Amino acid sequence: MSIQIDKNKCIACQKCSNICPGNLIRIDQDQKAFIKCPQDCWGCTACLKECPSGAIKYFLGADIGGRGGSLFTQDHPNHIDWHFITKDSKNHKIQTKKDESNKY
Amino acid sequence: MKFDVKTLETDALVIGGGTAGCFSALTIAEHSSLKVLIADKGHIKRSGCLAAGVNALNAYIGKGETPESFVEYVKRDSENVIREDLVYSIAKGLNDAAEKLEQLGLPFLKDESGSYVQRGKRSIKINGENIKPILAEALRKHENVSVLNYVNITEYLKKDGTVIGAAGFSLRENVFYIIYAKKVICATGGASGIYKPNNPTFSRHKMWYSPFNTGAGYAMGIRAGAEMTSFEMRFIALRCKDTIAPTGTIAQGIKAEQVNAKGEEYVSKYGKPTTYMRLYATVMENLKGNGPCFLKTEGISEETEKELFKAYLNMAPAQTLKWIERNIGPSKENVEIEGTEPYIVGGHTASGYWIDADRKTTLKNLYAVGDAAGGSPKKYVTGCLVEGEIAALSIIHETDDSKVSKLDSNEEKHLIQHVLHFFDNTDIKYSPPEIEQAMQKVMDEYAGGITTGYMYNKTKLKMAAVRIDELLKIAEDTKVHSLDDLLNLHETIDRLHVAKVLIQHLEARKETRWKCYQENCDYPNKDDENWLKYVNSVYKDGRVQIILRDLVGRDSRYEHTN
Ligand SMILES: Cc1cc2nc3c(=O)[nH]c(=O)nc-3n(C[C@H](O)[C@H](O)[C@H](O)COP(=O)(O)OP(=O)(O)OC[C@H]3O[C@@H](n4cnc5c(N)ncnc54)[C@H](O)[C@@H]3O)c2cc1C
Ligand code: SF4
Ligand code: SF4
Repeated sequence: MSIQIDKNKCIACQKCSNICPGNLIRIDQDQKAFIKCPQDCWGCTACLKECPSGAIKYFLGADIGGRGGSLFTQDHPNHIDWHFITKDSKNHKIQTKKDESNKY
Repeated sequence: MKFDVKTLETDALVIGGGTAGCFSALTIAEHSSLKVLIADKGHIKRSGCLAAGVNALNAYIGKGETPESFVEYVKRDSENVIREDLVYSIAKGLNDAAEKLEQLGLPFLKDESGSYVQRGKRSIKINGENIKPILAEALRKHENVSVLNYVNITEYLKKDGTVIGAAGFSLRENVFYIIYAKKVICATGGASGIYKPNNPTFSRHKMWYSPFNTGAGYAMGIRAGAEMTSFEMRFIALRCKDTIAPTGTIAQGIKAEQVNAKGEEYVSKYGKPTTYMRLYATVMENLKGNGPCFLKTEGISEETEKELFKAYLNMAPAQTLKWIERNIGPSKENVEIEGTEPYIVGGHTASGYWIDADRKTTLKNLYAVGDAAGGSPKKYVTGCLVEGEIAALSIIHETDDSKVSKLDSNEEKHLIQHVLHFFDNTDIKYSPPEIEQAMQKVMDEYAGGITTGYMYNKTKLKMAAVRIDELLKIAEDTKVHSLDDLLNLHETIDRLHVAKVLIQHLEARKETRWKCYQENCDYPNKDDENWLKYVNSVYKDGRVQIILRDLVGRDSRYEHTN
């Protein structure tokens, strides 16, 4: 499991690079973000939630049952939208409200 | 490689701005004008265990429970070998810590009467996705707190046996930090990555504990001669297979039972359902050919399933992605479970620094809190906050306006050379990750990893000890080329030092009662006389010396005397 950064969507704000708990995200010569060693990612999603342009996608490695789908987020003041893109392009959105507690 | 040296001075240095470290700093800032400096290898907004969020507050005195009954519960669950005094002091502060989190802005689930909704006797429901940003924001408001993000601390500064600060390097620029402080708090969390993980290939960091908590705080203490306790009480988590997501949300949240491949409930066959027994039963069922094991979720309502999707997004999003991309949720398919590799984690079990009532370590002016501190299992988030607060209040009480002691310039030079000499090495046969994987393999095979069902014996431990020493020698001679390499190599050396001490602890406790956590197969029988002791150690002149200590009772106020 790891992340992929879409350079075309990246607006070079560097927010992801300044949040990763493992210091894994670096900035290239065009000021765009990239992940230095994808195998080192913990999958905490801190970078996704920070990204203003939905450029960072989270996926499960093949070794842990990944099927080629991915996940990106849009952070809003009171909620987070989690967008799932599955291999057969059936898209799915789940919204979690920031002030609402887990039921379980 | 050239480094600029920056020398800083502060009243209190907090190493690690995670749950416990941030709360220590906040307590000092709110109750005094002391200067506090936090140094973290990540960015405190999302660093540490709780980067993805926290699921529930798992240490709380619920309705009908008392601090005394909490101590009894932890004691029972840990077969009596805990520091009752430490657990008691934590228990008394848990509910205030929860309230403080609510004041800081963490959302809690409440019933009509305004009380927190419980998930079990000792757990309450929250939305913890934002816990780290909330703590970091609270600190930002205090002018006497400063933060060094992306600075990795590697060594304590010591003068005449007293800790006078710490040193480390920036992960972003060639800067070496020497930080002098009157008091130092070690809050670097526990140690992952000592054993071969569940997913050793591409997803090698898809582990339960933070892969970035590499046991640095333990290792610095070991090298500086601090006394450590109970490393042999390893923590192994029972987790959702592959995603290593928590199981408590399902097991406690919707009361799903553990079933084997035949659909039979199996834990009760093995004994009381303590934390480790639920794991042990799963390991044994697999060994007997009754696996795989599952949490029985089939048949739950669609609404419950939707809530589970959200609950996992708030702390372990990989699990929700797995359900959604396969288009099979927990209502249609039971959730497979497995044990993780062992970790050393003082917030879950009792491993860590040997501390007194104020959370002072055996090194003068050094405190340890949270997952770094030993003796009190089941601290979890709220317990780590309480511990951070106890240390902070002691520091406020004991810090005067005397001057900070310093090293002389030769000692400083020697220290810089000690941390950076890897650039001047010539040996390039093995890279730091290769050495790390070699360590994980030997620990897995010879010191009770997943491969052997967590069991080991004396002969195996001896073989592990020899190899760990060899790897330490290799690591010392290895050349690094970049800051990333330097960090990797320091992390590997830290883990090797933790492994070295751990092996001696595993050898010294001659019992098998903590199934999976600690199963020394040479000694299958119960031995109460030797069981009811703490296994402690001090590293001196290259050797780990074991010290057995008598249990400390609930109402004592423990101080270091010998
Ligand atoms: C995945 C996960 C889920 C959990 N879920 C729950 C839950 O739902 N409920 C609950 O009550 N408890 C939970 N816990 C337990 C709880 O989160 C921990 O006990 C607690 O957060 C530990 O706090 P800490 O401050 O000791 O460590 P951390 O919060 O991990 O902080 C350690 C800090 O030290 C820094 N650091 C490490 N090494 C260095 C170094 N060399 N130099 C500088 N900085 C360094 C790290 O970057 C990190 O910020 C969970 C733990 C994990 C791992
Ligand atoms: S998911 Fe977490 S660990 Fe992985 S790159 Fe993003 S911030 Fe770093
Ligand atoms: S946060 Fe998103 S937009 Fe900003 S640098 Fe990272 S990937 Fe690019």
